[in-house]
Amino acid sequence: MSDDHVYLTLAEGHDDDTRWAYGTGFEDPLHGVDTSVPDDLDAGELASVCVTLADDALVSAQRLAEWTTRAPELEEEVALANIGLDLLGQARLLYSRAGQADGTGRDEDAYAYFRDAGDFRNVRLAELPNGDFAFSIVRLLVFSSWRLAHFERLTAHRDPVLAAIAAKGVKELAYHRQYAAEWAVRLGDGTEESHRRMRKAQEQVAPYLGELFTAYDVRDEVVAVLRQVTEAAGLPMPVYRPLPGSGRTGDHTEHLAPLLAELQGVARAHPEATW
Amino acid sequence: MVTALLDERRARRIAEQVPDPELPMLTLADLGVLRDVSLAEDGTVVASLTPTYSGCPAMAEMRAGVAARLRAAGYARVEIRTVLDPPWSSDWITAEGRRKLAEHGIAPPGAAPARAAGPVPLVLSPTRRSVPCPRCGHPDTEETSRFGATSCKSLWRCLACREPFEYVKEI
Repeated sequence: MSDDHVYLTLAEGHDDDTRWAYGTGFEDPLHGVDTSVPDDLDAGELASVCVTLADDALVSAQRLAEWTTRAPELEEEVALANIGLDLLGQARLLYSRAGQADGTGRDEDAYAYFRDAGDFRNVRLAELPNGDFAFSIVRLLVFSSWRLAHFERLTAHRDPVLAAIAAKGVKELAYHRQYAAEWAVRLGDGTEESHRRMRKAQEQVAPYLGELFTAYDVRDEVVAVLRQVTEAAGLPMPVYRPLPGSGRTGDHTEHLAPLLAELQGVARAHPEATW
Repeated sequence: MVTALLDERRARRIAEQVPDPELPMLTLADLGVLRDVSLAEDGTVVASLTPTYSGCPAMAEMRAGVAARLRAAGYARVEIRTVLDPPWSSDWITAEGRRKLAEHGIAPPGAAPARAAGPVPLVLSPTRRSVPCPRCGHPDTEETSRFGATSCKSLWRCLACREPFEYVKEI
């Protein structure tokens, strides 16, 4: 171990299969956390809950990062990138927990880079292309409102690691929801054009709302938040028209595979790359 | 026994002095991310760190920094643990840390919002917070962006001296 340079220290702490050239793999983000799974928990089910929530976060983070260099103003670009970074951090913790729980010992990279679209369990809402700023704001409002409500419940989960990841996430998600809600009000209650675009975005998001509420019981709470925001924004509540299928069972739109191709391309082209 | 205690205290002091990679005017102790340093029976120093934000990219460097300083001080066996519970709060930034932030033109955070159990309320009415300018001390300032160069900071400007400044967010 060299102690004189922090990057050398990082690079040397690895065994032969290090791959942090293209991503994260230099250290398990749950390194040193007590990783045992409580006896009374179904470990497979715990792993699948973690993967589902991690997939939502990873795919959302990728879309948010796509705004970098394209956002209307520098401040918004920084904000969207920061929100994406928080979600990426949540994804890393959750994938690591999933690998511990399901007994495979898979690391975060195995989940993020080496699964195909059909194996992802994110909601389809997360994978839709960014569209205009209004669409991204409406999507972020819905997604962060749901995720915040759901994480708040998860803080009481019987798995202490998942509960701790959720408690940390709640603080971050409250900022994400606040950001999206303030923009929704500004645009909904803005010009005729911004109002029109928000209405259109609401219609585009509406078919994907149902997927969020199938597995978890936070619907009323999220609807109350959305009502609060739409009223302040002078917008109608979105009409609920569910689509068949669900990202939760691996049904995805045609947009997920190209997103993953970009996200996974380097890792798959150079699976043993190191720096 | 006394030697072990002294040794543990020394290890703690060394770990406490490691600078934060993103706010280098602060030590990890000032920032409140160093949760514990103890000496195991076999002589291993166990240092526990907690991340500020889930996606904080500085976490790996913090771990490496603590390990490197302890090894350089002669501790052959060092183990760095991650602690997630309870989650980091900006309230854990020490008084000394707050003083150093202000000295470097970064406004220190106010008290973190108290959270009751149950749903997190959404407040849409503008919340008036008084953040005095860290440069000229004038109270007339405004937020320009809730998100800044790092997860933990927001962007503000002073309406009196017109200087932009960073503000560590309450979390």
